[in-house]
Amino acid sequence: MIEILDVKKIYKTADIETIALNGVSFKIHDGEFVAIMGPSGSGKSTLMHILGALDTPTSGSYFLDNHDVSRFSDDELADIRKNKIGFVFQAFNLLPRATVLRNCMLPLMYAGISAHEREQRAREALKSAGLEETHFFHRSNQLSGGQIQRVAIARALVNNPSLILADEPTGNLDTKTGEIVLGTFQKLNKEKGRTIILITHETDVAEHAERIIHIRDGLIVEDKKNHTRRMAHHAIKETI
Amino acid sequence: MKLADTLEETYEAITGNKARSGLTMLGIVIGIASVIAMVSIGQGAQNTIESNIQSIGSNLILVTPGAQRGVGVQVSQGRGSARTLVQSDADAIINTVTGISSTAAELSGRYQITGKGTNTNTQVVGTVTNYPDVRNIELDNGSFITDQNIRSLAKIAVIGPTTRDDLFGEGVDPIGQTIRIKQIEFKVVGITKAKGSGGFGSQDDMIFIPLSSAQKFLAGDDYVSTISVKAESPDVMSDVQSQITTLLLERHHISDPTLADFSTMNQSDIVATASSITGTLTILLGAIAGISLVVGGIGIMNMMLTTVTERTREIGLRKAIGAKRADISFQFLVESIALTFVGGIIGVILGWLVAYGVSYFGIMQTKVSLNSVLFAFGISAAIGIIFGYYPASRAAKLNPIEALRFE
Repeated sequence: MIEILDVKKIYKTADIETIALNGVSFKIHDGEFVAIMGPSGSGKSTLMHILGALDTPTSGSYFLDNHDVSRFSDDELADIRKNKIGFVFQAFNLLPRATVLRNCMLPLMYAGISAHEREQRAREALKSAGLEETHFFHRSNQLSGGQIQRVAIARALVNNPSLILADEPTGNLDTKTGEIVLGTFQKLNKEKGRTIILITHETDVAEHAERIIHIRDGLIVEDKKNHTRRMAHHAIKETI
Repeated sequence: MKLADTLEETYEAITGNKARSGLTMLGIVIGIASVIAMVSIGQGAQNTIESNIQSIGSNLILVTPGAQRGVGVQVSQGRGSARTLVQSDADAIINTVTGISSTAAELSGRYQITGKGTNTNTQVVGTVTNYPDVRNIELDNGSFITDQNIRSLAKIAVIGPTTRDDLFGEGVDPIGQTIRIKQIEFKVVGITKAKGSGGFGSQDDMIFIPLSSAQKFLAGDDYVSTISVKAESPDVMSDVQSQITTLLLERHHISDPTLADFSTMNQSDIVATASSITGTLTILLGAIAGISLVVGGIGIMNMMLTTVTERTREIGLRKAIGAKRADISFQFLVESIALTFVGGIIGVILGWLVAYGVSYFGIMQTKVSLNSVLFAFGISAAIGIIFGYYPASRAAKLNPIEALRFE
C-alpha cells in the first residue's frame, strides 16, 4: 500500500525557489492500476521520483508498505528500490553490452540472489512480460522497441516489487507497439495482481488505467475512477 | 552484490572496449616491465660485482702500499706509494699475527706479452707458493710455482685460460711453450682453471711467475705490491686487520696511524662498499622506471573518468534498481584494479623477458628477484586503487535522477 501525505517538493537554485509539488496526498492500494497524468512541468516527474524512492520530499510523508520512506538515507532508499520498486523508463535503459537475460537478472544481482535462482526468475519474468525464449540471449540492438520495453518490464518485475513505476513507457514507441506494452501492464495487473503506476502526459495512454490522477502545477486537480477504460487485449494476443 | 558478480561485470566492461582497455593497460605494462627489467639489471650488476669480489678469495685482507684510503678513492697515491711493503713484511705477518691461515705477497704489473707471433697486454703477477690457496685459484693443468722456483729465480709462468686463448688459441695445451715478458723468455708450466668472472679485472686473464723473478727481471727492486692475508674465519677478520696494522706500523717505525704508508682492506668492506654503490644504482634505475608507472597510472585514471562519463546512464539505472554507493564505487574500483593487475602480470612477464634477453645476449648479467616481482604487483594494485578511487567515487556520487536523464 502507498500513502502520500501532503507531499511538497521545493527546488532551490541560487535565490529562485521552484515549487514542483505543493501538497499532494493520495492512497494507492495493492493491485491498483493508476495513471498519473499531467502536462510537462506539472510536477509528475517529481512525484514519480518520490514514489520511486529516487528522491525524498521537502516536507510531507510517503509510506510504502508502512515504511516512512520520506526520511530515509541514500542507502536505505537504495534498499527500498531494490526490494519494493520496479522501474520502466521511456528510454528503456537496458545495458547495451549485456544479453536480455543478463539485463533482466541485474536487479537480482544487487539483491544477492544466487546465479542459478537469478536465471530461473529472470526467465519467468521475461515469459510473463511476453518475450519469446528465442530472444533471451540477444542484445538489445537485435530487438524491436516493443521487445526492448518488454525486457525492461521483465526487469522491473523480476524482484517481485510491491510497485511497478512506468515513466512514459510508450513515449518512444509507435502506437501499435505502445498498445502491446500497455496490454502487458494490464495483463500483469489483472492476472498477477501487480500494483502499477503509469506516468504519462497522453490521455490515450492514461485511459488504460483503472484510476487516473490528474496533476497540474504541483497539485492534484482530479482523482477518479476511469470509467472509459481502454483494454489492449486484442493487441497482445496478436503478438504473444 | 557478490564478488563473483562484480568480477563478471568487470570482465564485460573491460572486454566491451578492448582497444581502449588494451592501450590503457599498455601504460601499466610498460611501467611494470621497465621497473622489473631495470631492477633486474641493477641487481644483476650487484651480484656480478659481489661474486667477482668473492672470487678473489675468502676471508681475505689485502695489505697495499700507500696511504690509508677508502675503496674507490684512488687519487693521490703519492710519491713512491708502491714501495713500502717487502717480502719480510709478509713473513712477519704470518709469524706474528694470530688467526690467519696463510699469506701471499705479490708484485703485479701490466706488460706486453708475446707468444708465437701473437701478443697481448695483461697482468703479470709475481707471487709465491701460497697464492692459489689464499686467492682461490685452482690449476687446470700442470703445476703452480714452487719454493724451488722462487729460490732459483726460475723463468717459468702459469697462465690464465683467457691469456692462453689470446696467445695460443682456444683449447691448445701451452705447457712447455715459451712466452716473452719484457723480452725475457718464460716457460709455461701450468694453466689455471677458468673462474668465469666477467666485469672488471678478470681473474682469468693473468700470468703468474715467481715473485723473486718478477722483482729481479721485471721490476728491478725488492718491493711487493700487495700482501694477501687469509684469515681463519670471518669472525676474526677485524681483529686480524688491527693486528696487521699495529705490526706494520711498528715495523715501519710510524707512530701516528694516520700517516701509515700502507693500507689494509677487508674483503667484506669491499663487498659492502660495492653493494652500496650498486644498490644506489638499482634504486636510481627503478625510480626512473617508476616514473613511467605513474604516467601509466594517470592513463588509467583518464580512462576511468571517461568511462564513468560514458556510462552515466548505466550508473543511474544501476542505482535505480537498487545499487548502493558502495556497490557502484566498488565496481569501478575493481575495474581499474583489474586493468592494472592484468597489466602488472603482463608487465612482469615482459620485464622478465627483457631481463632474460639482456642476459641471454650477454649484454649484462641480470637477476629478476621475487621481491621485485611482488613489489611490482603491489605497486600496480596500489596504482589501480589510487588512480581508480577518484573516478569510482565520482561514479558513486552521481544522482540517479540526473544520471538517468544524462544524454
